[in-house]
Amino acid sequence: MQISFTLNGRPTTMDVDPATLVAELLRERLNLTGTHIGCDTSQCGACVVHLDGLPVKSCTLLAPALDGATLVTIEGLQGAPGSNRLHPMQEAFRENHGLQCGFCTPGMVMTAVALARDKPGLTEAEVRHGLEGNICRCTGYQNIVLSVMAGADAMHAAKGE
Amino acid sequence: MKSFAYHQPGGIPEAAKLLSSVAESKLVAGGMTLIPTLKQRLAQPEALIDLSSLADLRGISDDGATITIGAMTPHAQVAASELVRGKIPALAALASMIGDPAVRNRGTIGGSVANNDPAADYPAGTLGLGATIVTNAREIAADAFFLGLFETALEAGEIITGIRFPVPLKAGYAKFKAPASRYALVGVFVAQLPAGVRVAVTGAGAGVFRVPPMEAALSNNFDASAIAAIKIDADGLTSDIHAEADYRAHLVTVMAKRAVGAALG
Repeated sequence: MQISFTLNGRPTTMDVDPATLVAELLRERLNLTGTHIGCDTSQCGACVVHLDGLPVKSCTLLAPALDGATLVTIEGLQGAPGSNRLHPMQEAFRENHGLQCGFCTPGMVMTAVALARDKPGLTEAEVRHGLEGNICRCTGYQNIVLSVMAGADAMHAAKGE
Repeated sequence: MKSFAYHQPGGIPEAAKLLSSVAESKLVAGGMTLIPTLKQRLAQPEALIDLSSLADLRGISDDGATITIGAMTPHAQVAASELVRGKIPALAALASMIGDPAVRNRGTIGGSVANNDPAADYPAGTLGLGATIVTNAREIAADAFFLGLFETALEAGEIITGIRFPVPLKAGYAKFKAPASRYALVGVFVAQLPAGVRVAVTGAGAGVFRVPPMEAALSNNFDASAIAAIKIDADGLTSDIHAEADYRAHLVTVMAKRAVGAALG
């Protein structure tokens, strides 16, 4: 079947087998390998992307769901317009050592961006609850939580500028 | 995942017609259970009938003494709904505890209730509140709907369109989560309704069930102390890698007390 969607701001039309997972489509046909497949059982969150603005697990999403939708992957996050900078959430992960091996990081960042965008002034408890679907096997989460709180503040500060 | 034909009907009659005429077809709502099942080849349907473009099945309506949640309403929408939070806060809280944010953005109430996973949250809320399951053909009381492990009263070609919940005097939900999946190791929904108290348990056995001794005790005295001494028989409860049956039995009383506490809190 043919599907048309907006991928990281670009209109995209392609033929897909309906039995294709969005994570596979991204990695194997669209060469967007920033979206990772960790557990492949919808638990780890390494594959989180934004579908119509909402974080979803692309390993548990069939390609037909993209038709008519807007998809943003980790590659589609951008810093300040016109700059070559990282997105404030990515910058916060770098500043706060929010990653070690980095495998879970794209999903962490995508979940965190959606969490922060929905709610200014996140508490640590809200961040921990919001990250329940993203599993990290290196860090013990301490620095990830610090990163998300710093990234959330930076996103809202940037909005206020 | 095996290949399948894909249908996206534009209305419920069309969906029902496809479901009864296309051999080996299955409905897909949010896909949070079905897609992992397809990936593991535990199910290999010839065709999927996707309900996602049926906008009528999405949304929450206020009918006064009841609220009706459309079958395709995602958990995140129920959790955030001012109406649900105002009238049945325990149901909004239950929705906010399902899976994780990404799962709650896709998973739907109709899918959860139709699937009747023995550790899912919504069956506890649906049975605990004595809700009514509305389908394209009829209305089914929750007490007659859940028939045990992944089994429901739904007939071939029948599609859930919504769930109608009575607004309780008080209600609470408490669950002990399995840490990776966030499914209920044991979850208990307690509701105080004009006709009496209902207590529904998920996660502990082969399907959601009620606990009449707790219901009687709480109808007399709606306080956690009223059920503290009630022990649940571990016979027939689930034992698996996560917990033995006797541990689950113990958790039922603990979670029921917490649910009463949440209802009073």
